[in-house]
Amino acid sequence: MREFLLIFRNSDTSHPAPSPEQLQERLNWMAGIAAQNKLVDKGNRLSGSIAKTVRPDDVVTDGPYTEIKEFILGYVIVKTATIEEAVDIAQKNPILKMGGNIEVRAILTPEEKG
Amino acid sequence: MEDPVAQHHPLLPHLFRQEYVKMTAVLSRHFGLQNIEIAEDIVSDTFLKATELWSSQGIPPNPTAWLYTVAKNSTKDYLKRHTLFETQIKTALGTGELQAEQEVDFTLQTITDSQLAMIFAVCNPANSTEAQICLALQILCGFSVEEIAAAFLSKTETIKKRLARARANLRNDNFQIRQLQAETIQSRLDTVLRTIYLLFNEGYASSSGNHLIRKDLCSEAMRLALILTENKLTSTAKANALLALICFQSSRLDAREDHTGEAVLFEQQDKHLWSRELIEKGNYYLINACSGNEVSKYHLEAAIAYWHTTPTDDNKWEHILQLYNQLVILEYSPITALNRTFAFARVYGKTQGIQEAEKLTLEDINYYHSLLGYLYTGIDTGKAIKHYQKAVTLTKSVSEKKTLTKEIERLMLTP
Repeated sequence: MREFLLIFRNSDTSHPAPSPEQLQERLNWMAGIAAQNKLVDKGNRLSGSIAKTVRPDDVVTDGPYTEIKEFILGYVIVKTATIEEAVDIAQKNPILKMGGNIEVRAILTPEEKG
Repeated sequence: MEDPVAQHHPLLPHLFRQEYVKMTAVLSRHFGLQNIEIAEDIVSDTFLKATELWSSQGIPPNPTAWLYTVAKNSTKDYLKRHTLFETQIKTALGTGELQAEQEVDFTLQTITDSQLAMIFAVCNPANSTEAQICLALQILCGFSVEEIAAAFLSKTETIKKRLARARANLRNDNFQIRQLQAETIQSRLDTVLRTIYLLFNEGYASSSGNHLIRKDLCSEAMRLALILTENKLTSTAKANALLALICFQSSRLDAREDHTGEAVLFEQQDKHLWSRELIEKGNYYLINACSGNEVSKYHLEAAIAYWHTTPTDDNKWEHILQLYNQLVILEYSPITALNRTFAFARVYGKTQGIQEAEKLTLEDINYYHSLLGYLYTGIDTGKAIKHYQKAVTLTKSVSEKKTLTKEIERLMLTP
């Protein structure tokens, strides 16, 4: 078993108030992972408005990277045997239906090389 | 208890057990926890005297008061003897003294305080969870070693050894029972709640063992949780949620078994047998539990139990599913995962339920197979039978075996 970070991205930074159905769908998705005992960290949602980016030479700008069109909205950590299985889990997340995408990244142990 | 007095007066064993617990708590507080054996000796002695005297002279008008007076006197006698020893030998060493002057006080307040302190003393993280439950049953609930062994389906010898080790750990821990400090309460309350929760589950959920003893376990768990909610320091949101859970579940205890002692499935239970009083108590404590923002697993389980006490309407299972979703995210357990999947199937149908269930891969658990048996019923009879058969080989409960076998026979006859 190894841990994977799922990073949720969408072009829309605001978290539009989800409908009860959407909320339930999200919760069902996460509980389905937890029911398989594969949820390591339910993660958090990230604010799009209370955000700064810090750069060298005392440059601090508002918001996340403005150069790119997508913003990180949140993350979840799962524990699966293979990356394919983690991808499988990600594919069922409702964010894909709303134009978002999910990046799946293995979390390295201190000894591992990337 | 098999003494003649008890046989003639069916209420006596109950009285003895109740008073045994209270007196031991008060005296242990008086002597200090490291001297719990002295306290137990005095109490046992008191009951011996009571049995002897009551069988020849009859039961006094106020047996409880009688017991307390005798216990007080026995304590005085003990201390007199002990003081002699203390003054002559031990003073030279300058070690601790027992309070000989102070009379033991059996007022209601002292009894309550002592029992609360005793709960915190027994739920000591130095002991394993199992050992804590055994100790709780013996010291807090007055169960005999035989009764504990029956509840756990263990040998008496095993329980004896476990108790002896656990008691040694208690003595070495130097836990102060006289004055319960706020910090102690803070740091131990979670352990206390978990022990009471497991004690209740042992009685409520275990499918084996003597069912009278199991019922006792449930009511004892309720009594202990009640003591917690009656004290300002321990009446936390979680404690109230736990008590609410216990009340809701207990409301169905009588409906769960028919007159032959066989299990009655939830959906077939006569709802008139559910205790209205306990459901209302559950509501009361659940409201108390929701005064803050805290959502513990006891809150979620109590809320699920609450929904089970309500009539089935369109949204009932959606609420239950939401709660199970939160519960399984908060704390995984195979049973929670399976219950959550059952609720999921109730909301989204059996086909989706099967997909969700088969991901769980809990092949060694009988409930996994009975769940799949249920889900495949009406969809794939062959698979349903296969899963039910697997469940029969895995379950240890006789009544569950019977229920499952009946279901298999019914399915075999279905064309």
